[in-house]
Amino acid sequence: MLAGHRTWVFEQKPVIISTGTVGGPFEADGAIAEDFDLLHADLWLKQDSYEKAHKVLFEEACQKAMEKGGIQKEQVQFILAGDLINQITPTSFASRTIGAPYFGLFGACSTSMEGLALGAYIINTKGAKYLLTGASSHDTAVEKQFRYPTEYGGQKPPTAQWTVTGAGAALLSDSGEGPRVTSATIGRVIDMGLTDPFNMGGAMAPAAVDTIEAHLTERNIDSTYYDLIVTGDLGQIGQEASLDLFKKHGTPISKEQYQDCGLMIYREGQPVLAGGSGAGCSATVVYGHLLNRMKKGEFKRMLVVATGALLSPLSFQQNETIPCIAHAVSIEYGGGQ
Amino acid sequence: MSNNQKKQLSPVQQEYQDIQKQREIKRPVVKNCIKAFLIGGLICLIGQVIQNFYIYYFDFTDQTAGNPTVGTLIFIAMLLTGFGVYDRIAQFGGAGTAVPVTGFGNAIISAAIEHRTEGYVLGVGGNMFKLAGSVIVFGVFSAFVIALIKTILIQWGGL
Repeated sequence: MLAGHRTWVFEQKPVIISTGTVGGPFEADGAIAEDFDLLHADLWLKQDSYEKAHKVLFEEACQKAMEKGGIQKEQVQFILAGDLINQITPTSFASRTIGAPYFGLFGACSTSMEGLALGAYIINTKGAKYLLTGASSHDTAVEKQFRYPTEYGGQKPPTAQWTVTGAGAALLSDSGEGPRVTSATIGRVIDMGLTDPFNMGGAMAPAAVDTIEAHLTERNIDSTYYDLIVTGDLGQIGQEASLDLFKKHGTPISKEQYQDCGLMIYREGQPVLAGGSGAGCSATVVYGHLLNRMKKGEFKRMLVVATGALLSPLSFQQNETIPCIAHAVSIEYGGGQ
Repeated sequence: MSNNQKKQLSPVQQEYQDIQKQREIKRPVVKNCIKAFLIGGLICLIGQVIQNFYIYYFDFTDQTAGNPTVGTLIFIAMLLTGFGVYDRIAQFGGAGTAVPVTGFGNAIISAAIEHRTEGYVLGVGGNMFKLAGSVIVFGVFSAFVIALIKTILIQWGGL
């Protein structure tokens, strides 16, 4: 079960029986629009505040996942999810609608894999038969929370990233058909002393590197075991910086197998600067685009490393550095061990 | 300040920051300055046109045309902010849109729109000056200091 210090190997291999992904207008215009179950043309989602729209995003993602998995909401035993808004209200309010027992998680943008790792653990130890896990973010609600008013004309530097409007949810079970969760490595909080909140990718890269290296060491495998190692939202700068770190540490990881959700979600020409970010970034890309590709047989084993920057607007104003975290979960489909 | 922070870094942190620095995309400062110059100049040109309009078609003089001109510019900035255009111009224009009075208008208006969902009193009223407040505070304070210096120089300096 426990391999090394912080890696869980799941003998039961919990199954992701279905997923639900919902996106906003900017994502509908992006590179992987066809992989979303539901896309909204309007950021408001017919609500009167962005926070309420954020809640609806996650509700819809959960409903889609349950619908596709043929599960009633009464059958869902736990929800493990979170978002970026103060006191994670959108997720809590969405869980009020679903009515299942609920664990609210906060791991910033790493929440998607934090939830999947914990969910898989619960299923693996027979703590539940069905559970929902996921994460969401809403561009304008998060901007309002962490930065300036959305219509404020501040020039963003080229290192800034675009927060994804989207929600991804996965329905986990101990049996059934679908990609299987085989192991998870829990991240440590890593702080390299960076302070620029407009350069999250650069701050988060060392956390991703730490978790990936720990995962490979503790499972005693090398990086070729995975067809794809995908990070959550490192963006352009974070990805390059982490590849530099791998090189320095002598961990062989090829550029082809090492990809980033934040660089997949939008197409060339969208004004996203260094790439996408947000809790919904890894959740929608993994639960939509990547699992679809996996089911088509494009690859068999992938390691998802969702990265999160654990800062708050307050901590940044008080000149604190940005501590970061990354959680890795391996998902396998077809081929067997 | 930045030197002080650097001193507290451990060697590992310092090493990583050096690696990261090389990968960081720099702000294109020269390009940004040229864009800011052009966009800022354009806004000033529009302002001048509006001012001349008030002088020629209404009963304003060079001195009194300032107020309606500023009012008109802020009104235009308000419309552009409300329609979601101003922030896009600003991403291109940078300081060119931030420094003129339109930038100040945008700071207030965007905050007011943003906090509309929290109600008029605690939302709009309480947050409207969230960004512009410090401009007013330090603007008024520096004006006071300058006035004080001027008064001292004139009264006792014999200027």
